[in-house]
Amino acid sequence: MANEVVLLDFWPSMFGMRVRIALAEKGIKYEYKEEDLKNKSPLLLEMNPINKQIPVLIHNGKPVCESLIIVQYIDEVWNDKSPLLPSDPYQRAQARFWADFVDKKVYGASRKVWSTKGEEQEAGKKEFFEILKTLEVELGDKPYFGGETFGYVDLSFITFYSWFQAYEVFGNINIEAECPKIIAWAKRCLQKESVAKTLPDQKKVYEFVAQMRKRFVSE
Amino acid sequence: MAGVKLHGTWYSPFPYRVIWALKLKGISYEYIEEDLSNKSPLLLQYNPVHKKIPVLVHSGKPICESMIIIEYIEEKWPQTPLLPSDPYERAKARFWVKFFEEKAPAIWPLYRSTGEEQKKALKDSLEMLKIVEEQGLGEKKFFGGESIGIVDIAFGVIAHWFGVFEEVVEVKVLEAHAFPRLHAWKENFEEVPVIKENLPDRDKMLDYFKKRRMEILSASQ
Repeated sequence: MANEVVLLDFWPSMFGMRVRIALAEKGIKYEYKEEDLKNKSPLLLEMNPINKQIPVLIHNGKPVCESLIIVQYIDEVWNDKSPLLPSDPYQRAQARFWADFVDKKVYGASRKVWSTKGEEQEAGKKEFFEILKTLEVELGDKPYFGGETFGYVDLSFITFYSWFQAYEVFGNINIEAECPKIIAWAKRCLQKESVAKTLPDQKKVYEFVAQMRKRFVSE
Repeated sequence: MAGVKLHGTWYSPFPYRVIWALKLKGISYEYIEEDLSNKSPLLLQYNPVHKKIPVLVHSGKPICESMIIIEYIEEKWPQTPLLPSDPYERAKARFWVKFFEEKAPAIWPLYRSTGEEQKKALKDSLEMLKIVEEQGLGEKKFFGGESIGIVDIAFGVIAHWFGVFEEVVEVKVLEAHAFPRLHAWKENFEEVPVIKENLPDRDKMLDYFKKRRMEILSASQ
């Protein structure tokens, strides 16, 4: 059976990037379709009628939604190389826990950093650094969250790195000064081809965020 | 089953998800009741990040977050599978679990607030239930098909707890004529022996949640 893989995505989405990294890690050929989120395609609305969001992976015509669910699906179907999750059930549970932590905490806090100002932004910045510091403790002295090799948790978090310049400029923060281990880890991840080729240039993301910020903050 | 322990609270739906999974697979465990107003040092040690129950401790190693615990249990003890074997069907099941995890918090203001905030919670809850009714359950008896699976377990909150909330706030949300499929599912779910035998006492819950609601409302004044 022909393996037809299509990805509905939006280039600056840190969630879509997770799927792109997973596909690259597994060497899967796919068709990338850029969505205009202000004008969603009939295909997107058909494939994800409930959330109407990207990313959506369409495998042989059948849609899989939600970035981390897609990544787990990819890991299970293309299980012959580059495992993304550990094989031990306890390690898998820990990986799921930390990816879930990233999902629940990082996006919300980081959004406050770039899309608000004043007291709300200060609170967002404080929360953002608390979250990053918790992740730093979890990383410890390991090269990756997954241990010796890049894995599920690394994949779930590294995509936010492409937004760091935007956070730093609009939040007036210095992430390396506060969380040097996170930056060191990010640079280590960027040495991987799948990550380097997937993550858009930080400046490009910054310009995109600058446009979006205008809608939220009047200056 | 060397040292399986579950830390929970008797009135919360989340530890029950884990209890149902353990019981369905025939795994014996020790249950430890936690007082959330006075969290034990052990709980804080096992779940330093969220400080919440449930926590499953297996051979001294903790696992947190109810649905993550269930995926662990599923992998460790594959008998009576709770997830389908086909990757696409598994992805669909996980989608509905995530859907509920994201939308269910809309229910709490129904119980925790009054006035406009409560009205909004009612609207959000109805929208969520409508999606589940029309697109989640379909014509199936259970989300898992002929027998209950991970999605049924995740939605267990709606089966037992929701009715108690409705009674406490005196607002009917899950009405049989509006949600015939969910209503039928609810009745079938509560008849499953493992579920039926492992539910908190309804009267006790009613008492507890009535008291708690009064405390919450008076604290917010």
